Amino acid sequence: MRRYFRRKLLVYGLTFFVAVTVNWMIPRFMPGDPVASMVARANVAQPQAVAAMRAYYNDLFGFDEPLVQQYLNFWGALLRGDFGLSIWLFPTPVGTVIADAVPYTLALVVPSVLLSWVVGNWFGAYAARRRALDNTVLPVGYILTATPYMWLAVLLAWGLGVVAGVFPVAGGYSFSLQPTWSWAFLLDLLHHWALPFLSLFLVALGGWAIGMRNMIIYELESDYANYLSALGAPSRLIRRYAFRNAVLPQITGLALQLGTIVAGALVTEIVFAYPGLGSLILAAIQNSDFFLLQGTFLFIVLGVLIANFIIDVVYVVVDPRTRAGMAGAQA
Amino acid sequence: MRIRARLMIPLVAASLLASACTSGGSTPSPAASQPQGGQGAVADPGQLPRNETLYTTGTQWGPPVNFNPIREWDSAVGTKGLVYETLFHYDTVNAQLKPWLAAGGSWTDDTTYEIKLRPGITWSDGQPFTAEDVKFSYELGKMETIPYHDLWNWLESIEAVDDQTVRFSFSQANYQQWDFNLYSRSIVPQHVWKDRSEKEVLDGVNENPVGTGAYKILRKGQDRVVLQRRDDWWGKTVLNMEPKPRYIVDIATPSNEVAMGMLLQRQLDLSNNFLPGVANLVQGNFGLTTYYNEPPYMLSANTAWLVPNTTRKPMDDAAFRKALAHSINVKQIVESVYGNLVRAASPTGLLPQWEKFVDQDVVSSAGFTFDTAKAKQLLADAGYRDRDGDGLVENKDGSKIDLTLIVPSGWTDWMESARSISASAKDAGISITPEFPDFNALVEQRTEGDFDLLINNERQLSNSPYTYYEYMFQMPVLEQQNTVNFARYENERAWDLVRDLDQVKTDDVAGMQEIISQLQRIHLDDLPVIPLWYNGLWAQHSTSVWKNWPSSQGSAPKTGAVMWRNWFELGGFETLTQLQPAGS
Repeated sequence: MRRYFRRKLLVYGLTFFVAVTVNWMIPRFMPGDPVASMVARANVAQPQAVAAMRAYYNDLFGFDEPLVQQYLNFWGALLRGDFGLSIWLFPTPVGTVIADAVPYTLALVVPSVLLSWVVGNWFGAYAARRRALDNTVLPVGYILTATPYMWLAVLLAWGLGVVAGVFPVAGGYSFSLQPTWSWAFLLDLLHHWALPFLSLFLVALGGWAIGMRNMIIYELESDYANYLSALGAPSRLIRRYAFRNAVLPQITGLALQLGTIVAGALVTEIVFAYPGLGSLILAAIQNSDFFLLQGTFLFIVLGVLIANFIIDVVYVVVDPRTRAGMAGAQA
Repeated sequence: MRIRARLMIPLVAASLLASACTSGGSTPSPAASQPQGGQGAVADPGQLPRNETLYTTGTQWGPPVNFNPIREWDSAVGTKGLVYETLFHYDTVNAQLKPWLAAGGSWTDDTTYEIKLRPGITWSDGQPFTAEDVKFSYELGKMETIPYHDLWNWLESIEAVDDQTVRFSFSQANYQQWDFNLYSRSIVPQHVWKDRSEKEVLDGVNENPVGTGAYKILRKGQDRVVLQRRDDWWGKTVLNMEPKPRYIVDIATPSNEVAMGMLLQRQLDLSNNFLPGVANLVQGNFGLTTYYNEPPYMLSANTAWLVPNTTRKPMDDAAFRKALAHSINVKQIVESVYGNLVRAASPTGLLPQWEKFVDQDVVSSAGFTFDTAKAKQLLADAGYRDRDGDGLVENKDGSKIDLTLIVPSGWTDWMESARSISASAKDAGISITPEFPDFNALVEQRTEGDFDLLINNERQLSNSPYTYYEYMFQMPVLEQQNTVNFARYENERAWDLVRDLDQVKTDDVAGMQEIISQLQRIHLDDLPVIPLWYNGLWAQHSTSVWKNWPSSQGSAPKTGAVMWRNWFELGGFETLTQLQPAGS
C-alpha cells in the first residue's frame, strides 16, 4: 500500500515538474513581445519615452536576463509563492488576480461536474432496466452530448435570459448590488449562477447517462451476471454487482473530465459574461501575459494532479481488485 | 447496505473532490461574495437605485487594475475625466478649448503661457486646489518614463506666480501640441503625490484616489467599477452643471454579444461597443438610439488607414501606392462590411470635424476615388505590367508582386474589410493576401517594420489635424516605430511643414489652413498612408431609464456619449450633465 502511494507520488512529482517547465516555456515561444504590446497600449508618440518605458519594463519583468537565468528566477519565485505581476492587469500581482477569480470558477465547475456525474449515472443505470425510460432518456442523452456546448449556452442565454427575462445574462451578481452577507445578495448570487451552471450540467449529463446505461447493459449480459441469475440470485443483487462494476470506468471518466473543466468553463464565462479563471486564461494568451498564464496553468496543473490523486485513492476504496493487486505486488 | 453502497461512491468522491479543488489553489480562496478592493467600507446603499444609476460598457475588457491618471491608457474607467480633471476640456463641436479647472489661459508673449485657475476648487479630501498642484502635475513629466516626458524638450520651466496663476515658459512654443496637452493631462494633488517615486508615479495603483472631479470611486469588482457622484463638486456652483446619474456602473463585458443582450434587457444604458447590425435595432422599436437615426448612425472618432511599408518594393513607389488607392472599393466595405455604420473617408483622411482644413482644390486635382480602370492605367504608366498573363501585375524587374495585408485576428470587421480590399485590388491586377496574426504578433511586426500592408486607426479626434500629420510624417524613422509613421515614410520637407504647423497659434485658422494645404498636397501626391473610412464613436443608448441622449436632431446635445478613456474631455462629461431621467 505504502509503496503504491510512494510510486504514485513520485510520478505526480515528476509530472508537476515537467508540466510547470512546459508551462514556463510555451508563452516564451509564442510570437509577440509582451512589453512591446504593453508600451503600444500606452500610445506614447515620442521615441525617447517609448525607449525608456521599454527598458524600464524589460528590467522590471526580468526579460533582459538570459533565458536560463529567467528560468531559475522563475523556480525561485515560485517556491517563495510569488507568481509575479500580471502584464495585462499591470501592476496587480498574479496571485491576487487568480484569488479573485477562483471562487467563481470552483463554485460553477465543481457542482456541475459532480452533480451531472451523479445524476447522469443514476439516470443511466435506471434507464438500463426500464424500456420506456430507455426509449426517452437515450435519445435526449444523445442530443445533449451531441450539442455543441457553445450553441446550447447561447441558446440558454438567449431563451431564458433575453427573451423570457427569467435569468440575467451577465455578471457574477447584480451590477446594482454591493457584496454583503445578506440573503438578498446570496439569492442574487445564486440567480446569476443558475444559468451557467445549468448549461454545464446539461451538456455533461447526457454523456454520463449514456455511458452508464451501456455499461450496465454490458455488465448484465456478462458471464457472472448470467451465472448469478442461473443460481437464482434475486435480480436486485445482480444489478447491484453490475452497478459496482459499471461505475469504475465512470470514475476514470470523471478524473479525465476534471482536467478539461477549466477549458469548458472558459466558453461558459464568455457566453454568460461570468467572472472566473477561463476568461483570464484567454486574455492572458491574447496579451502575451506570461505571468498570468503561468499562474493559471499552474493552478490547473495542481488541480488536475490532486484530483487524479484523489481518484486513485477512491479507486482503492471502491475497487477491491486494486487492493488485491497491491497485495500481489508486494508479495 | 445496498443504498449505502450506491450512495457512498459519489458522496466520497464529491467530498474528496471538493476539498481537493479548494486546496488546489495556492492562496486561500476568499468567498465569492466578499467585497473586493478597499472601497467596500464606504457607507452606501447596498442596492443602487435604478433610476439614479447609469450602466455603461465598452471601455474595460478586464478587471479594473488601477486608478492612476498618469496611466491614461489602462486606468479604470472615469479615473481621468470623472475623478481627476484637466485644466481645459475641448469642445469638438465649436472647435475650441473650454476652460475647466482653469478659468482661462493666454499667451502673454510668444513663449510664455499664463493660466488663471478658478478660485474655490477643493480636492475630495478638502484641501484647496492651487497653482502648485498644476506645476507639480506637469513637472511629473520630467521623469523619463512618464508618457508626456517629451513636453520637457520644449517646455523650460513652470512658475506658480500665486495661488491662482501658473506661468509656463517655453524654449520653443509648440502651440498645437500645447493645446493638446492642456486638455489631456490630469492634475493630481501635490500634497498626496509629492513623496512618490518614479516607479510609484508610473506604476502605482493609486488606491483611494483624491481628485477634483465630480465622482469618486465607490467600489470595484472583477467585472465592474462603481462611481458615486460627489455632491460637493465645485462645478455645481461654478459651472452650474451637474452630472445627472448619482451612480455610474461601468461593466467589463467579455464580448459584444453580451453587451447587446444586456442592452435589450434594459440592463445597460450606454454601450460603446461596435455592434454590427445595430442599424436594425435603431430602426426597429427597441428603445435604442444612436447619434444619427440614419447612416452613418455614429459620430466619427478616428480614421482607418491602409498603411503600406514604404521601405519595401513596390510600396516604395508613390505611383504604385496611388494605383493601390484607386483600386480599393471603400464604398463596398462601408455598405457590406459595416452596414453603413461608418462613412468613407475623404482622400485627405481628415475627420469630418476638421472639414474646414480640407483644401478642396488640392483634393480635386490630386485626390483619388475608387476606379479600377484608372488603377490599371496608373500601374501600366508606372511600368507595372502583367508579363505572365495571370491577370496580376509584376514588378518593374519582372518579379512577382504578392503582398500580404495584416489585421489582428478576431477583429471581424477588419478581417472582412481586408478580404474586400484583397478582392478589389485583384480586379486592378494587384495581388494582396489577407492575413490575420494575433494582435501581439501584429504589434511586433508593425514595430519592426516586418509587413507589407496593414490597417491602423490609432489616432483619435483631437484639437488639431496636427496630430494626424505627426502620425503620417514624423521623422526620424527609427529601427522601431511604435506609434507613428508605421509606413516609415521619409520626407524632410513634409516633416518640416508639420513642425511649422506646430508653431502656428491655434486661433490662426488661416495660417493653419495654409500649411495644411501644402501637407495635403504632399500626402495626396505621395500617399504614405491611404485613408479608408472613418470609424465611428460607437455609442448606442437605451432610452428606458435615461433620455436626452446626444442626437443630430432638434435641441439634443451634440457632444459624444462616450466613456472611452480620454474622451470625457472631448464632450463625454458634458453629455452626462445633459441626461434626464426617463420618468420625468
